[in-house]
Amino acid sequence: MDCKPQELLIFTIARMLEGIEHVAVGVSSPIPGSAALLQRSLSAGRTQVTVLNSRNLQTLNDGAGELFDRAAQGRIGAFFLSGGQIDGHANINLVGIGDYPRHRVRWSGSFGSAMLYYLVPRVILFREEHTRRTLVDQVDFISAPGTSPPEIHRPGGPYALVTGRCVFMFDRDKARFTLISIHPGHSLDEVRENTGFVFDLADNVTETPMPDNATLALLRGPIAREIADPYPAFAQQVFGV
Amino acid sequence: MPEISIRELAGRLPDGATVAIPPSRSGVALAATRALIDRKARNLHLIAIPTSGIQADMLIGAGCVATMECAGVTLDEHGQAGRFVAAVKAGSISLRDSTCPALVSGLQAGEKGIPFMPMRGLIGSDLLKYRPDYQVIDNPMADDPDPIVLLPAITPDIALFHAPLADRNGNVWIGTMRELMTMAHAARQTLVTVEEITDTDLMRDELRAPATIPSLYITAIARAPGGSWPLGLPGCHEPDNEELARYAAASRDAESFASWLGPVGV
Repeated sequence: MDCKPQELLIFTIARMLEGIEHVAVGVSSPIPGSAALLQRSLSAGRTQVTVLNSRNLQTLNDGAGELFDRAAQGRIGAFFLSGGQIDGHANINLVGIGDYPRHRVRWSGSFGSAMLYYLVPRVILFREEHTRRTLVDQVDFISAPGTSPPEIHRPGGPYALVTGRCVFMFDRDKARFTLISIHPGHSLDEVRENTGFVFDLADNVTETPMPDNATLALLRGPIAREIADPYPAFAQQVFGV
Repeated sequence: MPEISIRELAGRLPDGATVAIPPSRSGVALAATRALIDRKARNLHLIAIPTSGIQADMLIGAGCVATMECAGVTLDEHGQAGRFVAAVKAGSISLRDSTCPALVSGLQAGEKGIPFMPMRGLIGSDLLKYRPDYQVIDNPMADDPDPIVLLPAITPDIALFHAPLADRNGNVWIGTMRELMTMAHAARQTLVTVEEITDTDLMRDELRAPATIPSLYITAIARAPGGSWPLGLPGCHEPDNEELARYAAASRDAESFASWLGPVGV
């Protein structure tokens, strides 16, 4: 079966969720949401999933603060964040470009990032657009920093950065990204050309593995129907359901 | 509690008030928001608990807002909140950027009548840099250095929201929208619009009482069926996505917004 780019991204993120007990998915996250649901299915339900703003996939009933209380208690194993800008130290910017507060470009705001990034052990950064506009040397505004000094209580932080071209893992001690795989059809030169920050190379940079036919069938069947609850337009566009 | 009209309800919310508003998925009082715009409310200080969308954007576009405190303003899958973005870029509103749990925690401090709430995170972010009211202390309970942020209590003048049901005594049922309970507890006054009013006493109903705000906290109630339109209301109405898309397109510039809004104050 031919694998769509979105399906590859979903499969790639799902593999990073292996062994996680509870994955939470924030707003505007159809690909991470699909990945969490795929992992739930592959783990025969051992991975539990909470998708914000869904009807049937959310497990919160104690108001806007409950997600954050759970994170602070260590009840959320993985979460997803993105950024209008992401830099080489994994600082993320969800606020704007230019000088604060009267930015040249203003985005919607930092949402829960300035807490969840510190407390959720495995935060996967996801940004499909991989250009020098999105992956920059230094963000213009730090919504949440990639790393913190040792005296700061920080059990969580960035784990990996998945883009439309490749996968980087994040080394928290070095505060740097390492390229580990490039998606089929893309090249190292292309990744270099489109990345605004310096990164390391894994000893063996591979091609990002594709899902097998059984996984694709699972994705296009039950997972597609599940993700249509919070993300009907996405499910229609990618899976035709 | 006597029922009042939406127009009277909007009149109870004075210019200059600090107003707590819920997120778009919760009970957003959009009919009352329209009434506020019609009464030409001015100089409002909005506090989103913790984010907002069309409601803040409409009020900003209509010139009602002086300050916006929020963790985000977005029209979600319909795109950017155009009037919010334009006002921030123009510097025509004062912005207090925050993060979701900080707004919820500050409101919880208000609810408890204590001066502040500590919260993990925030240290090293530019949010903290631009919030002189957020203070970092060393955790006095720890043996080793442990910096932690203190958030000042949020005590809004008014909480404004839309709920499914009220009773004749002024108790308001909110279902799973628990942030509305925290808002009502923390605010000095709470103005509510509801889908309907029941003759049953909600506080005497074992199933509904846990999700009911006692009338003690409620200042005034107006009946407004569909009062969150074009947003939805959990368990009652789905969002009107076509209208939300129309709004998103209109919010991109002042003229289209004005024509979407139509005549004001008639």
